[in-house]
Amino acid sequence: MSEEKQSKIDTNRRDMPKQTPEMRRHNFNEVAFGYTEELAVAEASRCLQCKKPRCKTGCPVEIDIPDFISFIVKKDFRGGIRKLKEKNCLPAVCGRVCPQESQCESQCILRNKGAEVAIGRLERFLADWEASQGEIDLPAKARPTGKRVAVVGSGPAGVTVAGDLILLGHEVTIFEALHKAGGVLTYGIPEFRLPKAIVAREVEYVKKLGVRVITDYVVGKTRSIDELLDKYDAIFVGTGAGLPWFMNIPGENLNGVYSANEYLTRMNLMQGYQFPSSRTPIKRHKKVAVVGGGNVAMDSARTALRMGAEEVRIIYRRSHAELPARAEEAENAEEEGVIFNMLTLPVRYIGDENGWLKEIECIKMELGEPDASGRRSPVEIPNSNFRMEMDAVVCAIGNSPNPLVPSTTPGLETTRRGTLVADPETGKTTRDRVWAGGDIVTGAATVILAMGAGRKAARSIHEYLTAEKQ
Amino acid sequence: MNKVIERTMIVPNMHLLKVEAPEIAHKIRPGQFVIIRVNEEGERIPLSVADWDLDTGTITIIFMEVGASTGALAELKAGDIIPTCVGPLGNATEIKKYGTVMCVAGCYGIGSIFPVARELWHAGNKIVMVFEARSSYLLYWADRYVSYGAKIFNITRDGSLGLKGHVTRLADIIHGLPNLPDRIIVNGCTYLMAHTSEVTKSLGISTVVNLNPIMIDGTGMCGVCRVTVADKMKFACVDGPEFDGHQVDWKEFLARRKQYMNEETSYFRHSEPKPIEHREGKCHT
Repeated sequence: MSEEKQSKIDTNRRDMPKQTPEMRRHNFNEVAFGYTEELAVAEASRCLQCKKPRCKTGCPVEIDIPDFISFIVKKDFRGGIRKLKEKNCLPAVCGRVCPQESQCESQCILRNKGAEVAIGRLERFLADWEASQGEIDLPAKARPTGKRVAVVGSGPAGVTVAGDLILLGHEVTIFEALHKAGGVLTYGIPEFRLPKAIVAREVEYVKKLGVRVITDYVVGKTRSIDELLDKYDAIFVGTGAGLPWFMNIPGENLNGVYSANEYLTRMNLMQGYQFPSSRTPIKRHKKVAVVGGGNVAMDSARTALRMGAEEVRIIYRRSHAELPARAEEAENAEEEGVIFNMLTLPVRYIGDENGWLKEIECIKMELGEPDASGRRSPVEIPNSNFRMEMDAVVCAIGNSPNPLVPSTTPGLETTRRGTLVADPETGKTTRDRVWAGGDIVTGAATVILAMGAGRKAARSIHEYLTAEKQ
Repeated sequence: MNKVIERTMIVPNMHLLKVEAPEIAHKIRPGQFVIIRVNEEGERIPLSVADWDLDTGTITIIFMEVGASTGALAELKAGDIIPTCVGPLGNATEIKKYGTVMCVAGCYGIGSIFPVARELWHAGNKIVMVFEARSSYLLYWADRYVSYGAKIFNITRDGSLGLKGHVTRLADIIHGLPNLPDRIIVNGCTYLMAHTSEVTKSLGISTVVNLNPIMIDGTGMCGVCRVTVADKMKFACVDGPEFDGHQVDWKEFLARRKQYMNEETSYFRHSEPKPIEHREGKCHT
């Protein structure tokens, strides 16, 4: 066959090499190894470089996707990472945890052939390549404006705002309530999905740019927003969705019943998996049920396996098709041996005489009419109750926004759901000189949406700080 | 990062820790707490604050050495640096003029209730203190309370000071007063708070307890400090730490406090006894 006759369309979407399920269920190392240069170039070469790229419209921060991919084809990785970083300051994180299959990749023209370009993997490749090059070159900073900005929370929204505003010449201080920066990237997402070294690297980067990061400082407690307003010209609130929901069923306060936040924080932030060398105690549970179907539920279930549990179940009230988790994460969990109990709802937890969980009672569900979310709503099947022996339950059904800032800041309006009222285009709240973005505004969502909100808020804060006449 | 100014054992197993924390000293109110991490590997533990000084920018904590983390805290020396001291956390005690307020305290609570009593005294209340301990040699700080005009009663298990017996003897003290107290506030171990609440419930005296559950972040995020109060789930860190003692589900609270008892004791089984210079007269085995 001659070269010309060969089809131009390569439908071989390159897989990332991964640890085998048998191997990885016993360690906390990252599951996927990432592309080699050869694989990255081969995958990048599949991009058709559309004149009107639809992928870009699927990206909340509108990364110039075909452009950065074209640099990889030319093996100009430095050019590629520069292009990528024009729009995304956390590529190593987004390349790993963005739901690409429902964003950029869902729009790729090659999806019609079932072979969309692996944009997320290419993004990750560039970010990891840059990290492997040693010193990262720092972009030029604008002249100091003399304006001071406080950023509350060091998660993806806060880090984005800080990174953008410091380059524009403002003085930026991040306040973090916990002892390590990174927000949910640090306490929530496990090591095997997002290595903590990567999060630390991103935080180091904004520090090198000149951002001051103060940990162990709870805004709303150590100082109020109003007190900070005396010292800072503008404040960005990115305190996230950190108040765990429970189901309000009997037995939820039994020992052995955790919120996903507690379970994951013990393991990730407090490195419980290294007990007793880390002093935060953890339990070695044998049978663990995780309630919920999102990424946090998958993270909890897979963490339980790695902690040596013999039986780990995901209990979800709808069916497999409605799982809100990324398809890849649900697949990973299944491969590793997590058992999926779909169309099942816990109705009560049963304890022993010492207050420890021993059994859970569930009811079977079926799917009825679509509800407000457009998904078919689960309906209980009468008299279908059954019990399972369990020694731990992790409740991963979602979080409300953290109330510490709203409840201590007069005039900062919230919605009925407890989220802050903020202009979707600018992030401006109902208080003068206070902006907000990320999960505290949207309710629990994704890293990339929080970053997008941070970027918009940074733009608006900059406009305000430079327009102001003093 | 906070500098240790002082760490002394004031009575056996009970330590005073003074830490440089100007921002916290400036903001803290009676009834609030801080979370401390003693070293980089350490867990986060909540500790009530017993005093503070605006001029020197320090806070003072009284804690009992019970497990791995408090054991490490008890080894600190002046000049040491602890990586985390964050706060003030939780809600402050509601201070107003009630009339006569009885403060019941035991263990570390004899220290942590001090700012509560002081502030209530400033608000014009008459203060009656009841201290409970195994024996008189475990009591401390009585002189501090006397300087705020407090009347002091003691209950010791061995009868070495005051009434002999358990905190259930509280009823005798209350009946000996000219009038029933208008409010009772309790700081100390779970048994003390639960039993006091039981005694005062039958007497119909409103009783506030300062709960001390296991916590990680202290900002509402982890939910480990949940407690059932009046049949509702509350988070002690953001809804408390003070609650109506008559409404707390004590059985559940006690079970939750004991969650990591095995892990804590396993630490002791696998750790070396402390060197002589750290024993400070205690009889460690």
